Amino acid sequence: MSKTICLVMQPNGCIITPVVDEVFKALADASRRRLLDELHKRGGQTLGELCQHLDMTRQAVTKHLALLEAANLVATVWRGREKLHYLNPVPLHEIYERWIAKYERHRLQALSDLKKGLEDDSNTTK
Amino acid sequence: MNKPELVYVTYIRSTPQKVWDAITQPEFTRHYWGGNANVSDWKTGSEWQHVNKSNETWVTGKVVESIPPTRLVLSWADPDDLNDVSRVTFEMEPMEDEVRLTVTHDEFKTGSEMVGKVSKGWPHVLSSLKSFLETGTGLKIGCGS
Repeated sequence: MSKTICLVMQPNGCIITPVVDEVFKALADASRRRLLDELHKRGGQTLGELCQHLDMTRQAVTKHLALLEAANLVATVWRGREKLHYLNPVPLHEIYERWIAKYERHRLQALSDLKKGLEDDSNTTK
Repeated sequence: MNKPELVYVTYIRSTPQKVWDAITQPEFTRHYWGGNANVSDWKTGSEWQHVNKSNETWVTGKVVESIPPTRLVLSWADPDDLNDVSRVTFEMEPMEDEVRLTVTHDEFKTGSEMVGKVSKGWPHVLSSLKSFLETGTGLKIGCGS
């Protein structure tokens, strides 16, 4: 077994291109985050389907989708005349690796679990 | 005709040939896919396997379509559950000095367990592939052995 299979990320994680600014900008808006949540629930929705589930005008959804697509957070596939939208988590994963994974992943997970446990308990939701 | 279930896109500063090689050549794949490798002669109709460091097959299937270096379509199944077969398409599209790599995983059987397994893995593998091609180093991926 060769030692080269033991992978180590570079210290400064220089995989991040300027696109990272667009990702953060795209995420800095509650409506766009709701759109991503909607696509996470069900991938492959058309513009019309997304409008039905969200309290936004068609123009607003179109604008937000364009921004999400430019940031590569939404991938699209043409199926005939329908444009299907998918949540593309790859850029989020790159940010996760760059900004979270290398800092104390295990302790953050413990804190996150604690918060979830305490909040679930008080709300009696699951 | 069903909609694809999973579609992933990443832009990599590289060439379609390098991305093709990174996916199909074990000496490259092992650097970013948790030490695992994809093994085949990559001709249409041939078998292919995704194997771990100990050469145990984790995924197996056939090469459905092979157009190097821009398009590779594979059938994809757990060797212990060959009926749960799905399809993976890699598309490498040059865009200026980058390659737009689209991975579509679809045609899952109803009740497939594979969709849950791969939806966590693909973003990690593709981020690691991008890192490998752009920096020469993949990300840590826990694929076990």
